[in-house]
Amino acid sequence: MKSDTLTIGGRSFPSRLIVGTGKYPSFEVMRRAIEASGAAMVTVAVRRVDLSKSGDALLDFIETRKITILPNTAGCRTADEAVRTARLGREAGLSDLVKLEVIGDDKTLFPDNEGLLQATRVLVKEGFTVLPYTNDDLVVAKRLRDAGAAAVMPLAAPIGSGLGVQNPAHLRLLLEEIHDIPVIVDAGVGTASDASMVMELGADGVLMNTGIAGATDPEKMARAMRWAVEAGRLAFEAGRIPKKPYASASSPMEGMVRRDGPSA
Amino acid sequence: MTIILNGQERMAPAGSSVLALLETLGLAPGRVAVELNGVIVRRDTFARAILSDSDRIEVVHFVGGG
Repeated sequence: MKSDTLTIGGRSFPSRLIVGTGKYPSFEVMRRAIEASGAAMVTVAVRRVDLSKSGDALLDFIETRKITILPNTAGCRTADEAVRTARLGREAGLSDLVKLEVIGDDKTLFPDNEGLLQATRVLVKEGFTVLPYTNDDLVVAKRLRDAGAAAVMPLAAPIGSGLGVQNPAHLRLLLEEIHDIPVIVDAGVGTASDASMVMELGADGVLMNTGIAGATDPEKMARAMRWAVEAGRLAFEAGRIPKKPYASASSPMEGMVRRDGPSA
Repeated sequence: MTIILNGQERMAPAGSSVLALLETLGLAPGRVAVELNGVIVRRDTFARAILSDSDRIEVVHFVGGG
């Protein structure tokens, strides 16, 4: 297993970091941030074309020969809405990948588990590679997996909150139990250490948007996130030492130079 | 005839195809997805998909999102 390779639904991506394309001050800043992040996959939203104005097109700023587009169903509140949006996204992007969101609460943007499962079943049947955005609930994750999801994407914290991992115990349980499909932690990462922590817990990947786009210098933060994800993954694979309550000296005690008497 | 395009009424010549509509709007067919009365219109059938009076058409594309 290569440290920097993420495999989803039989396709390999040369980065474990997936980044969003929303909330950037400009498409050019976004383009530079994506490049700095090293991400091989970016999320996009599907929206009505605004016929009242013409402007730059998002896709002109994404190197689509190298970077895979992952359409989302952000903003959808029912399974039906999400399925409809996923179908439109597939037509627009000619790819069967979808980041499935069914939102159950406006304030927290927490997922609607029932709608999410329902939409996953429909889309899997239609041949989609479904990546559902879910909460950090192991049972829901198992049901999504059993429904044919290609990965599960539990949140670290509410979307756009930047709070970092709020429930490491639950995330750890989920990561211990779900092995047959990738677990990609999606949402809530605020800074580099959050991304490292997620990867150290054993996540297969991280998806983030606001943490980079909202930073004072998005390009620099994108680079930080790239290294944080790689560092966290390497630390996970390397196997950390157990935590101990007391000190254990790193240098030998033998041969110490003492003022009096023979060496110990 | 009158069509409902992205939720707004709009006039279009009778017998227009989806492709003709996109051309009128100045949209590249390769960059959008189209739904006609709730059903996806495949890109390779844009020229053959003929619009009728009071059809509901959705034209979407990718925008920034997370």
